[in-house]
Amino acid sequence: MKRRGFFLYGALCLGYAFLYVPIVLLVVYSFNASRLVTVWGGFSTHWYGELVGDQKILDAAWLSLEIAFVNATIATFLGTLAAVVLVRFTRFHGRTLFSGLVTAPLVMPEIITGLAMLLLFVSLEQWIGWPEGRSATTIVIAHVTFSLAYVTVVVQSRLSQMDASLEEAAMDLGARPLKVFLVVTLPIIAPALVAGWLLAFTLSLDDVVIASFVSGPGSTTLPITVFSKVRLGVSPEINALATIVIAVVSVGIAVAGRIMYRQEQERRRGLERASEQE
Amino acid sequence: MSPQMPSRLMGRTEDKPRTPPGITPRRHFFDAALALRRWGRFLVGLPPYVWLAVFFLVPFLIVFGISFSEVESAIPPYRSLAGWADGAVLEIRLNLGNYRYLFDDPLYVHAYLNSLRIAAVSTLCCLLLGYPMAYAIARAPVAQRIPLLMLVILPFWTSFLIRVYAWMGILRNEGLLNGLLLYLGVINEPIQIMETDVAVYIGIVYSYLPFMVLPLYASLEKMDLSLLEAAADLGCRPFRAFLSVTLPLSVPGMIAGSMLVFIPAVGEFVIPDLLGGPDTLMIGKVLWQEFFDNRDWPVASAVAVAMLVLLVAPIMLFQHYQNRDREKS
Repeated sequence: MKRRGFFLYGALCLGYAFLYVPIVLLVVYSFNASRLVTVWGGFSTHWYGELVGDQKILDAAWLSLEIAFVNATIATFLGTLAAVVLVRFTRFHGRTLFSGLVTAPLVMPEIITGLAMLLLFVSLEQWIGWPEGRSATTIVIAHVTFSLAYVTVVVQSRLSQMDASLEEAAMDLGARPLKVFLVVTLPIIAPALVAGWLLAFTLSLDDVVIASFVSGPGSTTLPITVFSKVRLGVSPEINALATIVIAVVSVGIAVAGRIMYRQEQERRRGLERASEQE
Repeated sequence: MSPQMPSRLMGRTEDKPRTPPGITPRRHFFDAALALRRWGRFLVGLPPYVWLAVFFLVPFLIVFGISFSEVESAIPPYRSLAGWADGAVLEIRLNLGNYRYLFDDPLYVHAYLNSLRIAAVSTLCCLLLGYPMAYAIARAPVAQRIPLLMLVILPFWTSFLIRVYAWMGILRNEGLLNGLLLYLGVINEPIQIMETDVAVYIGIVYSYLPFMVLPLYASLEKMDLSLLEAAADLGCRPFRAFLSVTLPLSVPGMIAGSMLVFIPAVGEFVIPDLLGGPDTLMIGKVLWQEFFDNRDWPVASAVAVAMLVLLVAPIMLFQHYQNRDREKS
């Protein structure tokens, strides 16, 4: 028994080391004074200065954030609708096709999705003259298509765990379905919507393959810029950029975790108070 | 949700005269409300359905179509399938040459087999590393499970590109790993890891590990532990109990996790491009080169169609288990 516990503990440590050592090294070497990534030339923030002065990267980063924001908002809207359809409307014609269409983008290799999206845009332009060339718009459309699937999965699991009698009670009291959804269902599934939005935002911010296919000359996103730099080899400037990304993500997750912890505490306190009153 | 809906609505209103006179008009009101709700449902489903049909289903039909086309030096660089011959007769030209080319050129066959091999080996490594992790998390005290799981997912929220890039600095000949091994005296000269298949395995395992751990954790966590107690009561050793109780019960999780790693790994492009060498042929890389370097869109489409055919079986398997899971819950 003891030995097994030891083995599991070791496996866990090994796994976490594998996951985190590369990230830690990346951060450490972003403060390296030397251009050679492997030779430690003393502490320096030189590469951060270089990064802040790089207008191309800053423009690309801003564009990526804009695309990610619009994408996450549209994907959350459509994904929530799709989740409602999948959980609440159990029988209708074309349900199999619908659920297949929703889950397929999850596993589809990005390179196929990217090629397919581009060929669609080119064909559409030939047939109806829209979209004119590739731009941020085409990137948003392509990103919504695959991130909406992730939002659907997240919202779907929350929705199917939800107590359906709450909706029934509201309906019995005479509320219309739309009102029931807005007043009862939406607040309950709101955390899943936030999680789905953040997931869609991150996925969009992270995508290089699909964006490479559907971006135009004026719409170079951050991952495309980074990818073309990285293909040429290791550069400390990218380490600095990576460190900033990691810092932002860590702070974001810490804040989200804190909020969730507080809510959980409050809920527990509320439950305790309720049981005391009884 | 279906085109039948309006006709159903009609059917309901036609029922009106047949209602026995004793029943109040409330009944009609109820019917109308029901019909309205059906319409409401139709409207809810419409936006995502239309979006996915136009931007996901149609593109694949177009890829399929263009794979039968021929390359042309025009914009766009392929010949359209249907044309007007002599201005009056509709002519449809299908060209199977692209597919024949895929089978004739050993490069493509080799790339396909290599992709399958690399994806399979990486999936296996992911399983070997991910299973003990998922098991350890699922058997940890309840309060620790979510934080431990969060630690697995956390790297996923940072950029995928950055995580692959991190390994470039570690695996290079003059990289940190070789530096460490040289310093420790394990090796006398740098070993070549970068630009080999091993580097690609490491990259894939590193990037996709959370996708393996999560479904495994889900299936191990909901397992009924009294089954293990029963096995122990019947004189079963812990290891034996693991093999004959826990392992079979976690098969759905293993399949879901493996598919989530295997399918995208087959089509992976960024990892073999950054970590692999020129010999590391993978189908995603070949497609990219056909499209961006050779500008041969029809052949790229044929490569994509062939890749999809290859992935249909694993995708169906994944969906099958997904649906079964969903119906259970």
